[in-house]
Amino acid sequence: MWLRQRAFIEKTLHRLTGTLEHAAYADDAGGKRGFLQQLDPRVKLLGFLGLIFAAAASHRLSVTAALFGAGLILALASGVFALLARFWGGVLFFTGAVVLPAVVLTPGHALLHLPWVGWAVTDHGLHSAVGLTARALATATFAALLVLTTRWGHLLKALRVLGVPTLLVVMLGMTYRALFVLLRLAHVFFEARRVRRVGRLGGSQRRQMAVSSAAMLLSKSVQHSGELYEAMVARGFRGEAHTLDEFRFTRWDWGMFALFGVGAAAAFAMGTLP
Amino acid sequence: MNPTPAFSLADVSFRYPEAVALDGLHLSIPPGECLAVLGANGSGKSTLLRVLAGLCFPERGEVAFFGNPLTEQTLQREAFARHFRRRVGVIFQNPDVQLFNATVFDEIAFGPLQMEWPKAEIVERVHAALADFGIEALKDRPPHRLSGGEKKRVALASVLVLDPDVLLLDEPTAALDPQSQGHVIDFLFGCLGKKTVITTTHSLEVAQEIADRCLVLENGRTAAVGPAAEILQDTALLERTHLVHVHRHRHPSGAVHSHPHRHY
Repeated sequence: MWLRQRAFIEKTLHRLTGTLEHAAYADDAGGKRGFLQQLDPRVKLLGFLGLIFAAAASHRLSVTAALFGAGLILALASGVFALLARFWGGVLFFTGAVVLPAVVLTPGHALLHLPWVGWAVTDHGLHSAVGLTARALATATFAALLVLTTRWGHLLKALRVLGVPTLLVVMLGMTYRALFVLLRLAHVFFEARRVRRVGRLGGSQRRQMAVSSAAMLLSKSVQHSGELYEAMVARGFRGEAHTLDEFRFTRWDWGMFALFGVGAAAAFAMGTLP
Repeated sequence: MNPTPAFSLADVSFRYPEAVALDGLHLSIPPGECLAVLGANGSGKSTLLRVLAGLCFPERGEVAFFGNPLTEQTLQREAFARHFRRRVGVIFQNPDVQLFNATVFDEIAFGPLQMEWPKAEIVERVHAALADFGIEALKDRPPHRLSGGEKKRVALASVLVLDPDVLLLDEPTAALDPQSQGHVIDFLFGCLGKKTVITTTHSLEVAQEIADRCLVLENGRTAAVGPAAEILQDTALLERTHLVHVHRHRHPSGAVHSHPHRHY
């Protein structure tokens, strides 16, 4: 009950803290033994990029659904299904916000009329909304599978091995590392605000508080990112991602690389057929 | 003949957009010395440490590390940068910005990995560092979930694993409970004579315990520099530079009055 009554900021904080724990667990999951965890990070990176490309390009719901189904099977085989499911809520929320207007704005045969406003939900609108949502779900699933089954350091190293510029890899690495510091900072920041607040805030006060909080966090995040980077440099960091594990391409990796390639190519061909 | 100083600073000045942090600083730090840098908040202590760590560069003056110029250009040379980072360890005041890896083991291995040492040696050194600081049980824990004292020990281990010759410590005992402060002071004692230690601190107790020499900064300038025993007895200097408390307190006779007051 108390959780439900909390203001938007506190709820956001609760989610942020959850994300912190989730991110920490995700790296842990990346180190566990599972189907995808055993694959060479380079195979996963290239393979999932291919699948993401195929899913994004697909215009056929059946192909997108098949790709999504393949993602679910991989998640189950890798023991990350529960973690993966946490991504879908956010994907559905944000995609829904984008596609809902299309349901009533796209011309087509009216399937039903919304009560009170009388707007028509069209067949074309519904089809494109479902298609876009399915593509978003499938691509997000593959991206999440890559992150959840690969330790962050390995992923950065794989990006460098595959020729991604150092600057981009450094930025990615910094983002991940700053995440923990910033979420902890946000936690302390919002708690400090809450203990100094008396009574309920009005709508405008809440909005004002949300805006000033965002500005303060942005300013703090810039400062902390700088400190974090200095701490990395002080220990010899020069932009390269190093890990204790050496990447080794086994026969199994070659086989899976081929399977990913064939799967992505087939999905792309079938999904983009006129 | 005097040995080449670990660090020498000649007329070093550094300015932030809003204020001068260091103003015409001259300093020579011989190898093996333990120097305590004292000063009130905003006196330039942390900036001095950042300059010595090669994390920022003075707008005027020169800094040298064992006779080699320490500049942005020299630190862009891979060989010198690797040599410098290997020999100079930095412990930041806020361990939350220093500990950024997924596990304590990864955290301690970070520095050696950047040095591209052989993997087997890295693993061996990390295990030795874990044992030295009594944190073997924490090796699989995420650093951000540790207590303040544990974080400080991990931060020390993550730097000491490289076995640096010079240690730069920013307020090493700040925000630690007495027991953790004791661990840090014990650790610093162990370094005396073996490593060059430069530490900023507000704690005169820490300075008295470990420092050979004290540098007192005031508005980015040298207010005093000399043997720790001399500096720490100069009550007028310490009062002027806001390093001792001046507040009301009660004497056993019952009299209550105010004068410079030390808490050790």
